[in-house]
Amino acid sequence: MTIQFNDETFRDDYTFRNSDWAIKRFPFPFHEDSYMYSVNMEQHRGGPEGSVFEKRFDVDEHYISEMRDRALVLAEDPLRCQSLPHMNLAGWDLLELIMVSKSEDYPDLFELHRKGDKWRWINKPLGIDDTFTFMDDASLPYGPMEYITRQAQGDFALLDQRENNLWMDAGMVTTQADWSLDFDIGMNFFEWHAPVPRAHEMGVFKRALKFLLNIQQGSPARRLNWTMTVNPLLDTSPENYHKWGVQKTTLTPENIGRKQHLRVELQTFYRLPRSNALVFPIRCYLIALEDLVTVPKWGRRLHRVIRDLPEDLATYKGFIRNRPMILDYLSQYDDGKPTAPGIWPDLDTEPPLEK
Amino acid sequence: MSRFTFPPSIPSRPVYGTLAPREAAQQLMVADAEGAEALLDLAAAAPEVMAKAHVIYIPRHSGEALVAKLREAGPAILHVSPSYLASVPRLRRILSDTVMGAQIYLAGTEGLIGQAMNETLQAGIPMAAIQSEHRGSVARRVQCVHCKGITEDVMTDPFVCSHCGLNLFVRDHYSRRLAAFQGVCIDAEDPGEVPEPVELYR
Repeated sequence: MTIQFNDETFRDDYTFRNSDWAIKRFPFPFHEDSYMYSVNMEQHRGGPEGSVFEKRFDVDEHYISEMRDRALVLAEDPLRCQSLPHMNLAGWDLLELIMVSKSEDYPDLFELHRKGDKWRWINKPLGIDDTFTFMDDASLPYGPMEYITRQAQGDFALLDQRENNLWMDAGMVTTQADWSLDFDIGMNFFEWHAPVPRAHEMGVFKRALKFLLNIQQGSPARRLNWTMTVNPLLDTSPENYHKWGVQKTTLTPENIGRKQHLRVELQTFYRLPRSNALVFPIRCYLIALEDLVTVPKWGRRLHRVIRDLPEDLATYKGFIRNRPMILDYLSQYDDGKPTAPGIWPDLDTEPPLEK
Repeated sequence: MSRFTFPPSIPSRPVYGTLAPREAAQQLMVADAEGAEALLDLAAAAPEVMAKAHVIYIPRHSGEALVAKLREAGPAILHVSPSYLASVPRLRRILSDTVMGAQIYLAGTEGLIGQAMNETLQAGIPMAAIQSEHRGSVARRVQCVHCKGITEDVMTDPFVCSHCGLNLFVRDHYSRRLAAFQGVCIDAEDPGEVPEPVELYR
């Protein structure tokens, strides 16, 4: 299908909108009516046609506008993109992975022509047609990681593997759920997850690390993570928290359906061939509650999940102060009917709301 | 009493031990203020280690008393520096010459230990060759996540960023690369509602 790209903003006037297509393919993160941490990994080998899992790097209607927003963030704060010196090779690995994947998965949008190390990359949506020498930094306008991740939705963390651990030694991070690359760069897996409540005690990170250390080339993995964000703000960074934090106080019963968004991260993990690094793309999808509840199963389930979420998780995810208002809103869309297992919308089989 | 037991915390927060003498061809010790007491304990336990040591000492508020005691302990070289920053070129010069198996001892405030540890690791010394012992002030070195400025010797929570003036609360999240804890705006969601600062660990 041909994607109709939106012209929209993720700041100031917030003109971001999801089309019906985007709503129905939204990666709803709850497979049952409750939520607790788990190492919810699965192989990233495609998915149902049209779903966000189908392609290796999903491109959707927000692509051009998200890339414009990334450029704005970087102009304001170049520290959002950093790479320790030993990670340059991993940057080239990543550039290759994204260019090959996108040109194969979206041949109408992206082209890659290779003659030895002379490469030509055509990105039609962004109007880019560049010829460069593979592995020659001087032939690109930015370092390889920055060059390609200015053209790919989602954040990217490049993880070096040594001493039986993963080290966050490079990244492009402009659509993050409140963590700082500049602060965390150089940390190992346990250190950068240190502020997460409960999960350490549950052994989640030990098991997750074990899984990730063993990811092989050609066998990527994925999982979903989630939080809540007021307004469709991609850049919920700690760096700018003193500016956006106050937006959490602007919710009212009248505007909450439009302003409160469920924020879902599609996290994928790829082994890179030359560097043996892992790349950890963290793709952010936003959906307004009023759009989400148009899928009856999701409206019922989100209400139950948010209602029963332990207080420390609601605090960590940053919506504790607004939980009562969110629940008032969502309860209108929960008629108590059972929900089918799994994350899919099941529009044809789930009963309509009876309230 | 210069020792303090830090409460249990999250995995990125450093933990400190007690310096123990280790045989090596080269012994490098860096300390500030009451950190000298940890070096003196070490010297008492193993005078032969101190006799080989190159000591860099920053007295800060503790003045001359501990300098004299350190000198009596008989290090090979004792360098007294007016501030940590002033000692950095010398520290780098020494680290550039370290031999295989050299032992590094860091003692004093968290800010001193963190920064000297960073220099040591950057020089390629393995973590296993570095020991640290906290003594004296529990003040923290904190980076403002908003303006990136680092405020030294933070004694209260919240505190005012010495660079941008925001009111920051101090997280236990710690970056070894920056040798700093993270400070985050405390009144972002309720501008102007800043709790009374309380002394750390009280």
